[in-house]
Amino acid sequence: MRIKYKINGIVQGVGFRPTVYKIAKELDLKGYVLNSSDGVIIEIEGENQNKFIETLKNNLPPLARIDTIEKEILERKNYTDFEIIESKQTTKTTSISPDIAICDECLKEMFDKNNRRYLFPFINCTNCGPRYTIIKDIPYDRKNTSMAKFKMCEKCYEEYTNPLDRRYHAEPTCCFECGPELNVKWKMENGTWKELRIENGEWRIKKIELIAEKIKEGKIVAIKGLGGFHLVCNATNEEAVKELRRRKQRPTKPFAMMFKDLDTIKEYCDLSAKDTELITSKEKPIVLVKKRVDLPQIADGIDRYGVFLPYTPVHYLLFEYIDFPIVATSANISDEPIIRDSNELVEKLGNVVDYILDNDRDIINACDDSVVQAVEFEYITMRCARGYAPLMKNVKFKMDNGKWTMENEKDKIDRNNNSQFSILNSQLNILGVGANQKNTISLSFKDKFILSPHIGDLGTIGSIEYFERTIDTFRRLYDFEEDVIICDKHPYYESTKWALKQNKKIYQIQHHYAHALATMFEYDLEGDYLAFIFDGTGYGDDGTIWGGEVFIANRHTYERVHYFKQFKLIGGEKAVKNPANMAVALLDDEIAEKFKNRKLAKNLSKGSFPLTSSMGRIFDMVAYLAGMIERNEWEGMSGLLIEKYYNPEIAEYISLADSRGCGVKKEIDFVELLNFAAKNRGDFELVSSVFINSIANCVVEISEMYDLDVILGGGVFQNKTLLSEILKRSNKKIYFNKTIPINDGGISVGQTAWGIWNL
Amino acid sequence: MKITLAYGGGGEETNKLIHDLFYKNFSNPVLESAEDAAVVEMNGKTAFTTDSFTVSPIFFNGGNIGKLAIAGTCNDIAMMGAKPEYITCGFMIEEGLEFGELEEIVKTMAKELEKAGAKIVAGDTKVVPAGSVDKIFINTSGIGTVIKPGISAHNLKKGDVVIVSRDIGRHGTVVMAHRYEVETDIESDCKVLWEEVETLINAGIDIKAMRDATRGGLSAVLNEWADASGVGIEISEEKLPISDEVIGLCEIFGFEPMDLANEGTFVVAVDAKDAEKAEEILKKFNSSASIIGEVTDDRKVVLTSPWGSKRYIELPKGELLPRIC
Ligand SMILES: [Fe+3]
Ligand SMILES: [Mg+2]
Ligand SMILES: [Zn+2]
Ligand SMILES: [Zn+2]
Repeated sequence: MRIKYKINGIVQGVGFRPTVYKIAKELDLKGYVLNSSDGVIIEIEGENQNKFIETLKNNLPPLARIDTIEKEILERKNYTDFEIIESKQTTKTTSISPDIAICDECLKEMFDKNNRRYLFPFINCTNCGPRYTIIKDIPYDRKNTSMAKFKMCEKCYEEYTNPLDRRYHAEPTCCFECGPELNVKWKMENGTWKELRIENGEWRIKKIELIAEKIKEGKIVAIKGLGGFHLVCNATNEEAVKELRRRKQRPTKPFAMMFKDLDTIKEYCDLSAKDTELITSKEKPIVLVKKRVDLPQIADGIDRYGVFLPYTPVHYLLFEYIDFPIVATSANISDEPIIRDSNELVEKLGNVVDYILDNDRDIINACDDSVVQAVEFEYITMRCARGYAPLMKNVKFKMDNGKWTMENEKDKIDRNNNSQFSILNSQLNILGVGANQKNTISLSFKDKFILSPHIGDLGTIGSIEYFERTIDTFRRLYDFEEDVIICDKHPYYESTKWALKQNKKIYQIQHHYAHALATMFEYDLEGDYLAFIFDGTGYGDDGTIWGGEVFIANRHTYERVHYFKQFKLIGGEKAVKNPANMAVALLDDEIAEKFKNRKLAKNLSKGSFPLTSSMGRIFDMVAYLAGMIERNEWEGMSGLLIEKYYNPEIAEYISLADSRGCGVKKEIDFVELLNFAAKNRGDFELVSSVFINSIANCVVEISEMYDLDVILGGGVFQNKTLLSEILKRSNKKIYFNKTIPINDGGISVGQTAWGIWNL
Repeated sequence: MKITLAYGGGGEETNKLIHDLFYKNFSNPVLESAEDAAVVEMNGKTAFTTDSFTVSPIFFNGGNIGKLAIAGTCNDIAMMGAKPEYITCGFMIEEGLEFGELEEIVKTMAKELEKAGAKIVAGDTKVVPAGSVDKIFINTSGIGTVIKPGISAHNLKKGDVVIVSRDIGRHGTVVMAHRYEVETDIESDCKVLWEEVETLINAGIDIKAMRDATRGGLSAVLNEWADASGVGIEISEEKLPISDEVIGLCEIFGFEPMDLANEGTFVVAVDAKDAEKAEEILKKFNSSASIIGEVTDDRKVVLTSPWGSKRYIELPKGELLPRIC
């Protein structure tokens, strides 16, 4: 007999077919493998055919992921050989892989004197290198990437066409003969830029050596990575970092650092096992870890560093010359997207950098570094970008009592009848356009769900254009046109405004419900959950600003069962930076007396300001009243300070939920926490600990009153201490977003998930 | 002494109010002839406008509601390149207003009229029961002869230069500061602008459009212009004059200085060739006058930050809804 398989998942452009080919050869099977728009099609005949799937699963290439396998038994055709059939029609590749850090094999080759790619700064293979950032159009072929202009040399072509080579169909493969070139740009005394010519034979390494020298000298350089440029300087050189801060007008917000290797990170930070796992994972994200050695100017005042390892050949070559950590922060002007090409860099950041290490492989789609953080034995994603995104999930549908539901099956569909596919195809194409901050977009079509990389805050025209460009890119790359657009209810979100201008059917989903939906989607949850959604601000159904919410939510609807008592957001949006008046206005009179803005705050509290239940602002107020901050200099500052001063030895807390009474109130009154912070102003440890304990206990106490599993979502849960304290104290089953951003980066996911489940 | 309902009754008290207060302060033959309507002489094109004024508090740093009522109407006329000449004035007074306060308002109006070279030629007074209005509402209408025709919000062309006559946001900030009882030294910009306009006209500046940036502030003017002329306007944040006090208070109140009302500040778009000359003239009246940007052809009103990022300047929103999560 002949067995036909249809396999879906991440199976294209990741070396899947060569693996199939190798296994078929080993098992002496005949037949073929083919990429089609429906997935990878395999037919096999031969004695060992029953061993095939098992062997394949055990030998998957590192970037591949099987989501579904469909199987059909057919009549024998008596194939005489096993071959890879080149796709005839253009394949609409639906699995564009994220960019992946250089793999161990390529690293070994790069540092092997006898290898023809010895010290080659653009070495890559089917298991590593650029993908999303170089693709212009589908299908994912070299001609549709920014590698098109580099014509493969004979040797590379040979590897590229040999199914047994690890560069078989590695689209960006190249070598010294045929690949991109590094170049160094240098700012002269008079401010004009000059391309540095190094004519002798050792050009490659000389350029990197030169940049390393400049970093050692304390200069600020820009280095082109996968999805954009980094601004780089010696992280251990206080003056250099200070100068970078001055030039970039970024006074205090922490910088991320890249380290030569894990051992070097350990010299400066305390790592948990989970931290190490995340840092060394193939995605090489920025990981927020515990600071041990204080490097001035990097992350002053807080107890954490954002650290990551080299992920491109160029980074590795650079660290051949230096062993200290470097600041590596996205090259952009405040609130604008990351810069992709050196002309733009010179135009916009010409005053910031002294040298540029550029190359002529164009970045087509910008992509920032990802940011994650370990929480107990899990982790949370704060920015889903390089290495993780585009994030693809397979969604399967079935009819269940006439209602749409979703199955998210991994690797277990074995079926012969295709009747369900007609249902799939009638499904709407859905576009979720996300929030205004940490914006991402999500798509759903057929059985696919795609989350874009982090786009950013839509505060500037540049970032709004980047948002629109990303929508266009995704429409092109996935051959997608939306039938419906799902957006937030906030009338002033740029994403909402964009959606309302399109001539499409629109649905608006409440912000915090979208956070809850994002969690349900990640874990494929059905039924009712008790969702605690704590974040900065979001537009509520009643036109006020929500942010400290407890919902009973399911895939279709939600009910707001509790919320933090609303208060006036004195100063509107500016209260985020300046919480002083808002905080003091809420204090009891006798406690307020010690604050010099007491009278002003009381007067302002009579004004007309929006009402909010924002948990983020409660954190700000506590940090202000305790004396930890005067102003919130950057997003997340107050939360990180409260975490820094948290002392697990202090068990004291203030009960907000009052579960011992005859039932909890709908409104959770937290003002006592503010009075406590003000009364104990100066005792940071006490205030922080009591505050975190109280919020954690409040969550635990409320959840005990409901016979439901719990969802935690929203940006406030980036607070690792709060999240851990809840996990430690609760006996409930608790879900929170892990691979999907727990902050507003997940809003588009919740929007699209609602569409999948309800339209 | 307080104003009672009797002052509006048409009897002896009304007469006293009219003769001893209004005629005395606004004294001119047309008004004093006390006919049913004022008869005035006009030549050629005439600008004609009306506006009603309410403000709380009625006295503020740098002015009061009377000054506002004269400046507002005179400025609307001046913005059309016309010299304010004849004004009518209606008072709606809440019973209980101190006579002394009314007198001070009227005196301020008279002083302001003199600066503008305009006259009140007709008027009306009503006194209404407590609670019907907030202390005092004033309506003024005015007419003036157009000295320089062709000034219009529809006239902007790519390359024209936009100038603001002084630092922005003062009036709105002062009023809010009073409401919240915040002590401040800054004064409202409230002022009749005819002198500035006349000087620009006399200097032969090619004025395309002019508008006083009252309600809705600079943001509203720029958006209205872009809309009316089908152009874009790009403003440089660095060049935008705003006093530190205004910036500081705006942060407390949650306002954008660009959205706040001014009562003696105007925006003028001139041909590029005259831009520096116009700026120089305006600087003589107020040293903070500044070229702030230029007209573009992309139909957007844009603010460029010192480090190059751009934001849309939108029409001021009714609510201060934060978008920060
Ligand atoms: Fe949110
Ligand atoms: Mg007016
Ligand atoms: Zn590799
Ligand atoms: Zn080659």
